[in-house]
Amino acid sequence: MTFVKTKFALSKLADGDILEVLLTAGEPLDNVPRSVREQGYKILSIEQIDAEVHKVTIKK
Amino acid sequence: MADKKKKLSIIVFSGDYDKAFAAFTIASGAAALDYEVNLFFTFFGLDIIKKKRGRHFLGKGFRARFFNFLLGGRSNLPLSRLNFAGLSPLLLGNLAKKRNVAGVDELIDASIKLGVNFYACETAGVILALQKDDFIPEVKKVIGIGSFLELQEGGTTLFI
Repeated sequence: MTFVKTKFALSKLADGDILEVLLTAGEPLDNVPRSVREQGYKILSIEQIDAEVHKVTIKK
Repeated sequence: MADKKKKLSIIVFSGDYDKAFAAFTIASGAAALDYEVNLFFTFFGLDIIKKKRGRHFLGKGFRARFFNFLLGGRSNLPLSRLNFAGLSPLLLGNLAKKRNVAGVDELIDASIKLGVNFYACETAGVILALQKDDFIPEVKKVIGIGSFLELQEGGTTLFI
């Protein structure tokens, strides 16, 4: 569902817009960037915010 | 030659809350990854897609109407284990919400938005005296097993 929510958020943006998604380490962090790339979007950065949370920046 | 779209079909036989949760989690996840997803609701699974979400006397004939009343509709889906007269699904729903995990209603809405195809089983519909109008409008068609087998051909099919 994390990727589903990310996809819905991306669908509301225009091409070239930036989306920041906060993900916990583990499956969401493995799965969402991979799926986002598969869908043809660009991962600009993955930044660790604290012990658990990572900020993934996506360009539509 | 263009790549053929990947396909996932799920026979949703169960009307249990936890199994509906599993079916729609898989369906919405696959649809988000651009799979063609077909959901074939049969027997207890038809309870999930009734237009009237609560406990209603639906269909024609006393026995069918009473059975549909007993089933209870989407608002009363039981847990397959530890149901405790409907208390546990509420508890599980609250836990999911607290932990920011989607519940069945949200997963169904997501599946609809992502273009998942809903079909109702004709045979089960006859037994329960339910017609297309008794189901949510997203149900494309009431179909038999022959049509479903045609729909799922060439993809992966799950039974839940």
